[in-house]
Amino acid sequence: MSSISTLPAEHHTEYHPGGFTRWLTTTNHKDIGTMYMTFSLIMFFVGGIMILAVRAELFQPGLQLMKPEFFNQLIGVHALVMIFGALMPAATGFANWMIPLMIGAPDMALPRLNNWGFWLLPPAATLLTLPFTLALFGVGDGAIATGWTFYAPLSVQGGMGVDFAILAVHILGISSIMGSINIIVTIFNMRAPGMTMMKLPLFAWGWLITAFLLIATLPVLAGAVTMLLTDRHFGTHFFDAGGGGDPILFQHLFWFFGHPEVYILLLPVWGLVPHVLSTFSRKPTYGYKAQVYSFIAIGLLSVIVWAHHFFTAGMPVPALIYFMFSTMAISLPLAVLFFCWIATMWKGAMTFETPMLFAVGFIVLFGIAGLTGLILADVAADAQYHHSYFVVAHFHYALFAGGIMGVMTGVYYWLPKWTGHMYSEPLGKLHFWLTVVSFNLTFIPQFFLGLAGMPRRIPDYALQFTEFNAISTVGAFILGLSQLIFAWNVWVCVRGGRKADARVWEGAEGLEWELPSPPPHHSWEVQPQIK
Amino acid sequence: MGNCVFQKNSLKTAGEAPANSLPKRLLATVGFLPGIAGAAYNINFPDPVTPIARETLHIHNEFMLIITILFVVVFAIMIYSMIKHRKSIGHQPAKFTGPSSRLQWFWALIPFAILLFIDFILMGIPAVNAIIQMEDTKTRADMVLKVTGMQWKWQYEYPEAGIKFISTMATPREQISNAESKGENYLLEVDNPVVLPVGKKVRVLLTSTDVIHTWWVPQFGVKRDAVPGFLRETWVLIEKPGIYRGQCAELCGKDHGFMPVVVHAVPEPEYLAWLEAKKAEAKAAAGGADRTWSSDELIAKGKEVYEKQCAACHQPNGQGMPPAFPALAGSPIVKGQLLGKDGKILKDSHVDRVMNGKASTAMQAFRNTLSDVELAAVITYERNSFGNRQGDMIQPAQIKTLR
Repeated sequence: MSSISTLPAEHHTEYHPGGFTRWLTTTNHKDIGTMYMTFSLIMFFVGGIMILAVRAELFQPGLQLMKPEFFNQLIGVHALVMIFGALMPAATGFANWMIPLMIGAPDMALPRLNNWGFWLLPPAATLLTLPFTLALFGVGDGAIATGWTFYAPLSVQGGMGVDFAILAVHILGISSIMGSINIIVTIFNMRAPGMTMMKLPLFAWGWLITAFLLIATLPVLAGAVTMLLTDRHFGTHFFDAGGGGDPILFQHLFWFFGHPEVYILLLPVWGLVPHVLSTFSRKPTYGYKAQVYSFIAIGLLSVIVWAHHFFTAGMPVPALIYFMFSTMAISLPLAVLFFCWIATMWKGAMTFETPMLFAVGFIVLFGIAGLTGLILADVAADAQYHHSYFVVAHFHYALFAGGIMGVMTGVYYWLPKWTGHMYSEPLGKLHFWLTVVSFNLTFIPQFFLGLAGMPRRIPDYALQFTEFNAISTVGAFILGLSQLIFAWNVWVCVRGGRKADARVWEGAEGLEWELPSPPPHHSWEVQPQIK
Repeated sequence: MGNCVFQKNSLKTAGEAPANSLPKRLLATVGFLPGIAGAAYNINFPDPVTPIARETLHIHNEFMLIITILFVVVFAIMIYSMIKHRKSIGHQPAKFTGPSSRLQWFWALIPFAILLFIDFILMGIPAVNAIIQMEDTKTRADMVLKVTGMQWKWQYEYPEAGIKFISTMATPREQISNAESKGENYLLEVDNPVVLPVGKKVRVLLTSTDVIHTWWVPQFGVKRDAVPGFLRETWVLIEKPGIYRGQCAELCGKDHGFMPVVVHAVPEPEYLAWLEAKKAEAKAAAGGADRTWSSDELIAKGKEVYEKQCAACHQPNGQGMPPAFPALAGSPIVKGQLLGKDGKILKDSHVDRVMNGKASTAMQAFRNTLSDVELAAVITYERNSFGNRQGDMIQPAQIKTLR
C-alpha cells in the first residue's frame, strides 16, 4: 500500500525540556496522546470508585453507607466523569496518537491548540469533583445531585455543585471542540500524497464524523447549561413555567446534544474495531465503503432522534411516531456495520490475542445494546422501560461494552506500537474474561430489575429487588477490581518487556505499522506515497 | 412469564438482617445463591391489570422474541466462523472485500430487507397501534383523577367530587436506617392510598408544584411525567380489584426513592362509599376552621402535620440540613413578626414562607396542599418548638382570610 522514503532526521536545533515542563509545554501529538490516555485511565478509576460506593449502598435494602443526597451526587458525577473524563479523552488520545501515524502526517495540524485542549481537562475535572472536597470543609452541600442530565427545574433548585458542573462542562466542551477542529483540519489537509478520502483508514473516518458531531452539538449543550446558569442566578425563566418558560425545553436542548453524544463516544470505536478484526483475521476489511457510508448515515440520523430520551414527558402522537421510527431507522446502518464486521472475520485465518478477544466481546455485547435499543424505541414498551434499571443496563451495554471495551481493544492493539514492548498476553486474557463475565453479572440482573419495576437513581429499594441487586453489586466489584489487572498490565508494558517489532501483529496492515515500535519522536517527516 | 411473585424467603433474609456486620451480610448473599434455581426471580413485567399494560406486555414479549432470534442467528454465524476459520486449524484467509457477483449482492441485501420488515412492519405496526391507544385519554373517559407531584409526596384530587388529599410514604424511617426490620411493603406503602373504581376509564391529569416527577405503576403500564406549570395526561382502566404499587420514576431530589404510589382498585359501590366518607372527612376538617383553637390543640395538631410534611427536610428536631434545608430552631424567619400591623402577611415572614414557599428552592407553597387548620397548626407548632418560644399563635380563621 505504501512505501517510505527514509531520510536521516535532522533535529540539531531542537530543544527537549525534561520532567514536568516537557509534558506541560509539549506540542508533540504522541506526548499529548499519552497524556490524554493517562488522564482517561485515572478518571476511569475515579468514576469507578464512585459507582462502587453506589453499588455497595445498593447491596441490600435500607440505607447503610450514605445519605440519599450523597448518593444522588455520586450517580451524576460518575456519569459525567466516565463520559467526559474517561471515554471522550480516551478517544481523543487515540486520535492524537494514531491519526498522524495512520495518514502519514508528521503531527497534528494545530499542535499548540492540541496542547491547550489537553490542559483544559485537569482543571475541568477538578471543578467537577471539587464540591465533594469543599463539602467536607462545610462549604456548600456537595457536587451536582441531579444526575448527569442537569434536568431543570431540579438543577435550578440545586446547590453550588450545579454551578461547578456547568462550568466544568463548558471547559470540557471547549476542549472537545478544539480537539475536533484539530482532527478535521489534520485529516483534510495532512493526508499523505495519494491517500484519497476513500483510502482513509476507517478509524480516521469514524473520528471525522465524531468531530463534526461534536462541533454541531456541543454548542447546544453549552447554550442549554448557560441558560440554566442564568435561570439560577440572573432571574431568567427559560425553564420556569411561572415566567413563561418550559422545563421540557431543557430536555430537548440537552438531548439534542445527548443523543449524538452516544455516537460521539462510539464512532471512534467502530472505526478502530475493523482494523483489529482485519489484522487478526488476516484478511482485508469487508465493505469499506459501506462502513464509511454507514458512519455518515448514523451521524446524520443521530441528530434527528433526540426526543426518544423523554417519551414519557408527553408529546403529540405524530411526534411520538416520528421519533420512534427515526430511532428504529438507526438499526439499518448499524446492521451494515455488524454485517461488515462479521464478514471481515468470515473465511479469515483467525487468532485470538487479547485485542481480538476484546473486539469479539465488543461485537456481541454491543449487539445486546443495539437490540435492546431497538425495543426501547417503541413508545408503548418504553413507557415501562423508561427511567428504570432496564435503561441503565441498556446504556451500560452501549457505553461500557461498546465504549470502554472498544477502547481496551484499541489499547491492547496499539500499546506495543506506542511503547515498543509487548504486554503480558496471559494477563490480558485474564483481564478480558474477568471483565466479560463480571460485566454481564453486573448488568444482566439490571435488565430484570427494570422489567420488574425498579426505578433508576434510587438509593434504597423495595424488598422484591433484593436478590438481583446483590448479584449486581458482586459483579460490579469483580468488574472494578479486574480493571486493576489492566492498569498493571499497561504499567508493566510501558516500563519494559519483550521488544515489539514494527509490524507487531502478523496480519497488521496500514501506515502505522511501517514505522518502528515505538515510533520516533517525530515521524513521517517525509510523507509516504500511497499508491 | 409475567408473574409478580414476592419471594418469601428473601423477605425473611432482608428482614432478619438489619444493620448488621459485613460478614453477616456476605452470609446473607451466599444464602440465596442455592435458591437461584428454584426461587421465583421476577424476570418480566409484573401482571398487567389494564388494557395498556396487557398490550405493552404482549408487545414486549413479541419484541424480545424477535431480538433474541436476531441475536442467536447473527452470533451463531459469527461463532461458526470463529470455530471454522481459525489459523490454528490451518484455514487459509480469503481475499474478498465485498460482494462481487449479483448472487452475493442478493445474499448481502437479504438481512437488511428482513430488518426493514421487522422495524417498520413487524414491530412498527403494533407499536403505532399501541401509541394511538395509549394516548387516547379522552374517548369515553368516566372520571378524572388529578395527580400533583411535589417533593416528596403525591397529591390526589377528584375534581368532580371536590376532594383532594396528600399521600406520603408510610414506611417508618427506622426501617430505612435498619434500626427495625423491614415490613412486607417496605418503601411501597403510603398513609392515604388513592382509591379508584375497577372497570372505569380514569383520565389521569398530571402536574407538579416544584420539579419534574414521574407517576409510575408498573402493573398499569403507565408512566407519565408530572411537569411543573404544565398538565400532562394519561389513562388507566383497571380490570381487577387489588392494591397496586409503584414509585416516582424521575430523579426529583433527596427523597426521590421515598415517594411511592399506592392505588387501591375497588368495585364501584365500594369506591362510592369511600368517596362519601372522604367528603365527610373533608367537611369535618373544614368546619374546624371556623372555631377558635387553643394553643395546645394547635401545637398537638401541628406536630402531626410537621412530621408528615416538613420533617423530611427540616428534620424532626428542627435542625434542618443546611445549607440546602435551613434549621427552624432559632431561625430569624420563624422568630420574626407573625403578621403585619394591618393584619396582612409580611413579605418573607414565617407565614409567607409556609403559605407561598420560596422560589427556586425545595420550599414549596403549602397554601394549595394544606387546609386552614393544618397551616395554622403547623405555623403555631414551629413558633413554639425546637427551643423557639414565640408564645404566639395563629388561628385557622385568620389563615382563611389571608388566603
